[in-house]
Amino acid sequence: MNALLTSRRDAITLAIFALVVLTMPVWLQPFGAAYPGLMQKFAIYAIFAIGFNILFGLTGYLSFGHAAFLGVGSYTAVWSFKLLTMDALPAIAFAIILSGLLAVVIGYLSLRRSGIYFSILTLAFAQMCYNLAYSVLTPITNGETSLQLNLQDPRIIDSALAPRPAGLPSASLFGHTFSGLQGFYFCAVMLLIAFFIAQKIFASPFGMMLRGIKSNQTRMNYTGFNTRPYALTAFVISGMYAGLAGALLAVTDPLAGAERMQWTASGEVVLMTILGGVGTLTGPVLGAWIIKYFENIFSAFNEQIVSRFFDFLPAGMHDVVVAVASKFVGEGWNLTLGLVFVLIVVFLPGGIMEGVRRITHMFDKSRRAPPTPARLSTQPAE
Amino acid sequence: MAIPNVVLHVADVHKRFGGLHALADIDLQIEEGQTHAIIGPNGAGKSTLLNVCIGKLAPTSGTVVFDGQVLTGKKPYEINQLGIARVFQTPEIFADLSVLQNVMIPALAKRDGAFKLNLLRSLESQRDIRTEAEEMLEDVGMLNRRDMLAGSLSRGDKRRMELAMCLIQRPRLLLLDEPTAGMSRHDTNTTIELLKKIKSRGMTKVIIEHDMHVVFSLADKISVLAQGRIIADGTPDEVRGNPKVQEAYLGGPQQ
Ligand SMILES: Nc1ncnc2c1ncn2[C@@H]1O[C@H](COP(=O)(O)OP(=O)(O)O)[C@@H](O)[C@H]1O
Ligand SMILES: [Mg+2]
Repeated sequence: MNALLTSRRDAITLAIFALVVLTMPVWLQPFGAAYPGLMQKFAIYAIFAIGFNILFGLTGYLSFGHAAFLGVGSYTAVWSFKLLTMDALPAIAFAIILSGLLAVVIGYLSLRRSGIYFSILTLAFAQMCYNLAYSVLTPITNGETSLQLNLQDPRIIDSALAPRPAGLPSASLFGHTFSGLQGFYFCAVMLLIAFFIAQKIFASPFGMMLRGIKSNQTRMNYTGFNTRPYALTAFVISGMYAGLAGALLAVTDPLAGAERMQWTASGEVVLMTILGGVGTLTGPVLGAWIIKYFENIFSAFNEQIVSRFFDFLPAGMHDVVVAVASKFVGEGWNLTLGLVFVLIVVFLPGGIMEGVRRITHMFDKSRRAPPTPARLSTQPAE
Repeated sequence: MAIPNVVLHVADVHKRFGGLHALADIDLQIEEGQTHAIIGPNGAGKSTLLNVCIGKLAPTSGTVVFDGQVLTGKKPYEINQLGIARVFQTPEIFADLSVLQNVMIPALAKRDGAFKLNLLRSLESQRDIRTEAEEMLEDVGMLNRRDMLAGSLSRGDKRRMELAMCLIQRPRLLLLDEPTAGMSRHDTNTTIELLKKIKSRGMTKVIIEHDMHVVFSLADKISVLAQGRIIADGTPDEVRGNPKVQEAYLGGPQQ
């Protein structure tokens, strides 16, 4: 019965999550965020963060190089568009396979160390990928100009099936070209699949092993587990998630540049995960949405908008406040992000999910008898 | 009488830490089904001896043979999979998991081996593992704490849980490093009863213990370690009567 209950709980979570994701075009209206470009980002970066959390949240290994897999995913997808077909599915499949293979190599080498040394190794590998993309690999990556579609692309499969259209094509699914909200819905369905798989991993014995590694790797070893392949599997799975996210970025906009692999992109997914709540299923999704939303809002602000916002202040004060505040918007958005991050880590180390838990806990307390110890078991990393 | 079957043979083991000779010329044979106590003053090298057995430390020289297999050079997880489990002097537990999960994890190691990609079925749906873990907790009297976070347990309970984590694997050899340290008299007695119960199931045990009450109520054989050397060896009565032991460790006639 207990088994049924748990899977039912997961099923309910999934159903609610699906509802929230699929109705985004509706409930994001009042926030001024209901346009496809942004919603696609919400879905894509949520996938990136969910995958990252499978590694960081469950095993505790903090990778600072996951952008490498995102970038490889994008490049692979664009090459699939150029060489074979504009269909999204082969592009995604190749992207996942290639980023997975890269993750096997990087993970195998990096997981020989733990803690800060692991993080530095992953960072070093990602920077290597980034630099290679700008130097030796320019025939593949097209260097600073970014890899793009062009009219001479062979697109073997598409050309064989139908006459080539004039102009540059865009991504499609089974011959149907995405338009309007379709690109978003495609990403949304991918997000739901990614979420479902993450749920399965969290609930599986494999997920429990990963939690054991995070909690006490020494005990795992003396308990008879060879922890290295477990951690490597988690690393590869999260690399594949990143590859999927990278491919979707290319599906929604068939272009891949090396800046996607920069360390700031790797850092961003760390922030998303920690902001939302490390080791929780929905936390990283929330973190990704919030960061992408505010990035969109804040980076669009400029000094005039800030100035108008503070119009009510007396003249002298107005100038000072505007001068300070404008440092935090536009290009300075990262400053705001850093500040928010510091506040979260200091005051709410469990992220938003911990905040939610504290609040529901408060309500529970006032409504019911003191919490039974049983509740404790549902708290860690579930 | 049949020739006793030696399960663990520590042969000519030396361990040096820099200039310190922590283990010197240790030769020890642990027989099947017996409870073998190792006693000795603090810093005698008792924990180091166990560390050498489970692959945490490599001996400077000498070998450890378990059931015909050389353990020296094997990894800790391989040694565990051969059937050796250990309770540590400071509990090694999964502090941020629940008590039940702490006990289920070793059960999975026993069932699935050192590595198995078990991704499809949920853990909750695997009733056998869960039931087994609950029965184990019942055995050590901790079933009522199964949903607590292991890190929030008292010291004594952590040790008892760690013992349950080892017992659920039904190891052929159980190594216990001061399993009752930090326990109340009452908890100590419960643990002694528990250890006696396992003994009747035929599990071989090596136990390091300071509490003479525990040692003499459990051990079939005792080895006395002082400054890295075994200075006496034998049945409890032989060891108790040994003047060298009384001088080095027991501090004059006892009991
Ligand atoms: N990893 C180590 N490195 C250096 N010295 C150690 C190490 N482990 C134990 N020792 C030293 O070896 C001696 C024996 O320690 P130990 O085996 O822990 O004694 P005990 O009999 O109290 O368990 C002590 O002097 C201790 O300081
Ligand atoms: Mg010791």
